[in-house]
Amino acid sequence: MIKTDALIIGAGPTGLFTAHQLKIIGLDCEIVDNLDKAGGQCIELYPDKPIYDIPAIPECTGEELTKNLLDQLKPFNINFHLGERVDELKKNDGNWEVKTNKGKTFLTPNVIIAGGVGSFEPRKFSPKECEQFEDKSIFYSIKNKKIFEGKTVSIFGGGDSALDWAVELSKNSKVNLIHRRDEFRGAQATLDKVHELQKSGKIELFTKYQLKTVKGNGSLESIDIEHENKEIKNLKSDYVLGFFGLIMQLGPIANWGLNLNKKTVEVDTEKFETNQKGIYAIGDICNYPGKLKLILSGFHEGALAARACFKLARPNEKYRFEFTTSSKTIKERLGVKSD
Amino acid sequence: MAKITYVEHNGNSHTVNVENGLSVMEGAVQNNIPGIDGDCGGGMSCATCHVYVIEGWFDKLEKKLDGEEDMLDQAFEPKKNSRLSCQITVTDEIDGLIVNMPEKQV
Repeated sequence: MIKTDALIIGAGPTGLFTAHQLKIIGLDCEIVDNLDKAGGQCIELYPDKPIYDIPAIPECTGEELTKNLLDQLKPFNINFHLGERVDELKKNDGNWEVKTNKGKTFLTPNVIIAGGVGSFEPRKFSPKECEQFEDKSIFYSIKNKKIFEGKTVSIFGGGDSALDWAVELSKNSKVNLIHRRDEFRGAQATLDKVHELQKSGKIELFTKYQLKTVKGNGSLESIDIEHENKEIKNLKSDYVLGFFGLIMQLGPIANWGLNLNKKTVEVDTEKFETNQKGIYAIGDICNYPGKLKLILSGFHEGALAARACFKLARPNEKYRFEFTTSSKTIKERLGVKSD
Repeated sequence: MAKITYVEHNGNSHTVNVENGLSVMEGAVQNNIPGIDGDCGGGMSCATCHVYVIEGWFDKLEKKLDGEEDMLDQAFEPKKNSRLSCQITVTDEIDGLIVNMPEKQV
């Protein structure tokens, strides 16, 4: 069990800056994120898109913003738990006990939800019957490519993941690549390679088709794909892979007894605390009168929530407000010289 | 100003007046019409404001940008008449527009 002053859920800009605020005032923290890297929506949705409304930064991309926030955290030793999703939350003698899907447990008086619009999950196939084959014959990510050797694999999608895996798996498997339109959005070089492999018969390409249904008894046997003009083809398939990008879902947080408003969590504007003592929500996921979904608002909310954490983490101490320009204690924490 | 009709997958229909300059997605969200999420806030980066534009209207709207078609690859059950409603700007010209919503956004 990992004990900490505050657990931050979400490593997007709001979560990262809040870690900084906690460390500045002398609290420790741990960060969990379902993605395998820090940055949240900035890194997953718009790494290359310029942002123009970060105070004092006229223009930066999502990737640059993330890098700068991580640089700002360098003086501190912070544990990131990436590729993990928080699942359960329960009370434990005045603290919160939080479990992740990888079996880690945290014990903390403060849980800060900086979860954006929810955790990123792979977008799945729409036919309901796909569910029974999930993680057996139907996958949305690949952990062990060996299982596909000598098998027939049908890959759906038009981006880099679909193209890359089609090329890779065609070495040892029979590959069908299926996409809903003629244009692919993946890298041109990979697309050229796919066309080459198509000519040599290693990859069979089906465009303007989508998955209609999957068939099999216990294990997958074949799939039906439907053309734009309604024509249906049956393809023998041992495995099906879907690469349709990621969607955001509130996930297990929805079951934590918090006051929800659509996909957001209601908070006060003093501590950004939810209806549960010691659980805060900041950034895009929180809601209060006048809420703006701006990165700068998330920074402000995190700074205040961090101060609220102090009270519960250090009940016998009094929090004293200090500036980074003048505080000797803060400079020591940052590892910089005092004047 | 344009009168826009949003039809939920279950057939419930909502007709509202939307100001010029807003997007069709914003028109739905600001009027609390269920079925359009708009998670990314209109940045063409999430595909949760996906709609089907009814026949007759699809060709009258401004053409899709490249990025929109890419995002639609990731939408729930995209069809030929699919659009991201955040990319349709409201003007007097689209008065009377009718859009159908998919069964779900995610």
